[in-house]
Amino acid sequence: MTALISLRGVQKYYGTYHALRGIDLDIKAGEFFSLLGPSGCGKTTLLRTIAGFEGLSDGTLKIDGKDMSGVPANLRPTNMVFQSYAIFPHLSVAENVAFGLRKSSMSKKEKSAAVKEALDMVGLGGFGGRASHALSGGQRQRVALARALILKPKVLLLDEPLSALDKKMREQMQVELIRLQRQVGITFILVTHDQEEALVMSDRIAVMFEGEIGQMDDPETLYRAPNSRRVAEFIGKMNFLTGVVTTDGGTVSVDVAGLGRAELPASQVPQGTVPGKVSIGIRPETLAILFDGETTQRRVVDATVSEVVYYGDMTYYDVRIAGVESALTISMKNLIGRPVLDVGAKTKVIWDERSLVLLPA
Amino acid sequence: MARFRWGQSEGGRAALLMAPPFAYALLLLAVPLLAIILFSFWTQDFMDVNTTFTLDNYREIITQPIYGLLLQRSLYVSGCVTIVTVLLAYPIAYFVSFHVDPSRKSIWLFLITIPFWTSYLIRVFLWKVILGYNGVVNSGLMGLGVIDEPLTFILYNVNAVIITLAHAFAPFAILPIFVALEKIDRSLLEASQDLGETRLSTFFRVTLPLSMPGLVAAVLIVFIPTIGDYVTPELMGGAGGKLIANMIQTQFLALNNAPLGAALALVAMICVTAISLLFVFLNRRWLRGRS
Ligand SMILES: Nc1ncnc2c1ncn2[C@@H]1O[C@H](COP(=O)(O)OP(=O)(O)OP(=O)(O)O)[C@@H](O)[C@H]1O
Ligand SMILES: [Mg+2]
Repeated sequence: MTALISLRGVQKYYGTYHALRGIDLDIKAGEFFSLLGPSGCGKTTLLRTIAGFEGLSDGTLKIDGKDMSGVPANLRPTNMVFQSYAIFPHLSVAENVAFGLRKSSMSKKEKSAAVKEALDMVGLGGFGGRASHALSGGQRQRVALARALILKPKVLLLDEPLSALDKKMREQMQVELIRLQRQVGITFILVTHDQEEALVMSDRIAVMFEGEIGQMDDPETLYRAPNSRRVAEFIGKMNFLTGVVTTDGGTVSVDVAGLGRAELPASQVPQGTVPGKVSIGIRPETLAILFDGETTQRRVVDATVSEVVYYGDMTYYDVRIAGVESALTISMKNLIGRPVLDVGAKTKVIWDERSLVLLPA
Repeated sequence: MARFRWGQSEGGRAALLMAPPFAYALLLLAVPLLAIILFSFWTQDFMDVNTTFTLDNYREIITQPIYGLLLQRSLYVSGCVTIVTVLLAYPIAYFVSFHVDPSRKSIWLFLITIPFWTSYLIRVFLWKVILGYNGVVNSGLMGLGVIDEPLTFILYNVNAVIITLAHAFAPFAILPIFVALEKIDRSLLEASQDLGETRLSTFFRVTLPLSMPGLVAAVLIVFIPTIGDYVTPELMGGAGGKLIANMIQTQFLALNNAPLGAALALVAMICVTAISLLFVFLNRRWLRGRS
């Protein structure tokens, strides 16, 4: 299958500032793709080069097999939902949505039907006559979506479209965006710095750092097997320990400081692992507290609770373990009958080799 | 007790704050205006003013063709000045807003106001020097061999008045247009291009409509005061370039007929107000409130 969007060795300089440092990227048709990364890593820049608002300093960009160098934004098969939504204040909602239809061959009647359909699709049916300044943030966002989707672009580019919304609204719009994307079948490229949003919505995620892609994978792989410490730090919560890898024939084992020695199953050994010091990541939910009266087949280690953060459905414990430099965070579901421990409580922590994520030291 | 509440309530405080400027405006605007209105219904009896109410002044303005002619010419000149000024001001404002490095914008605006550093009168005389029979333009063109004898259509006529006034009012037109352009969210222009418009069509579909409030303000700021200007036509207009304001001045001073002058002033003012209101009305869709 050929890629709808394909970038090769894309470089971008702003003056002397090196904003994109060699991006290679293939995005398939119909994919929901996210660009995730900390502020200033170049996500917007990458999106804007795809849209045609920024030229490339080097490299190639192809959309649908066609080279895009010299093709201005208005002639590209992409449409963008801007972070500020960029709703035209002098036009009504319907006029905003119809903005891009000027050159289309549709009749007046067909156009207004298309506008109505687009507004219905984003749940704004009946808002067409509204002045655009009389809209809430969420409504503006929907108008921006309808305005782009009505043109049936090959690719829809979304620059942090949800960041201006409150948490409830954001979660609701996430679900709606996923539904819309499935419904229209258009390729979505979403820029976000919210890792949870990226995990929830995407088929694939590229994690960017300082103008480079650190890792590109589906959400589950990204979460389960980050390929570097910075990716692991950026996606979800992660405890970091040190360890020493030893290989003995086909088996790889690791001696984790404070926890002990464990043999790693082959699926958990990244390619190119060599004996020596490594960094080890452990997700909070892959550890557990052994509560009184519970038993386990997994390994346990003594610990002292140093911090308790209660979230309602979950409780996050920070525990100290002899031989481990920093506290380990453990998340526990607040199941029926399970107590919430106090700071200072002596307890046992359950772990096993499946908790361990090997990272380059 | 009542006065205490007066100063405390929202409206009361507003009234207190408004009172001094309101009194000032009343004194400087309303009182002279009322005086003019009153005068226009009186008549001049040699050295005295006859204060019996009469419409004679207005009757004379309507029956004597000279006044209508002057008023027409005034409106024509003001209209031309407005069009020329705004058409020249828009590209300048556009350039400063869109193509000047943000850190340099204030110095550009500063430079634009330079013409104001000299007195109005001196600027008018400078234009005389430039446009005169032996002026800069004529000697330059003759020196280059473009023309054999001096051009005469550039001084002491309506054209000279238009050129001089357009120059004098340029900054007044540039600034409101610049402010309106500055307020346009640049992502709107990108959104327009993203939706398939070229740069040129983006200008007509987004930039121009969004800058209309500034454009309307510029038109009014230039149009309204040029009707009342009498210095430039006096100095630059020659015999055929005199305007209604010159006539008003003549009535008040040379002919010592303040009532007729007052009536002329009122008629001119009503014309300007009517045209301005019509203009604002025609542009009302661009001036609606927005967030
Ligand atoms: N027009 C520009 N001129 C110079 N530098 C720029 C320009 N636009 C962006 N940059 C720089 O390029 C880098 C990447 O910017 P970009 O806007 O792509 O970041 P981002 O990943 O979208 O960040 P955020 O999450 O904060 O939006 C930043 O360091 C920024 O300062
Ligand atoms: Mg950004």
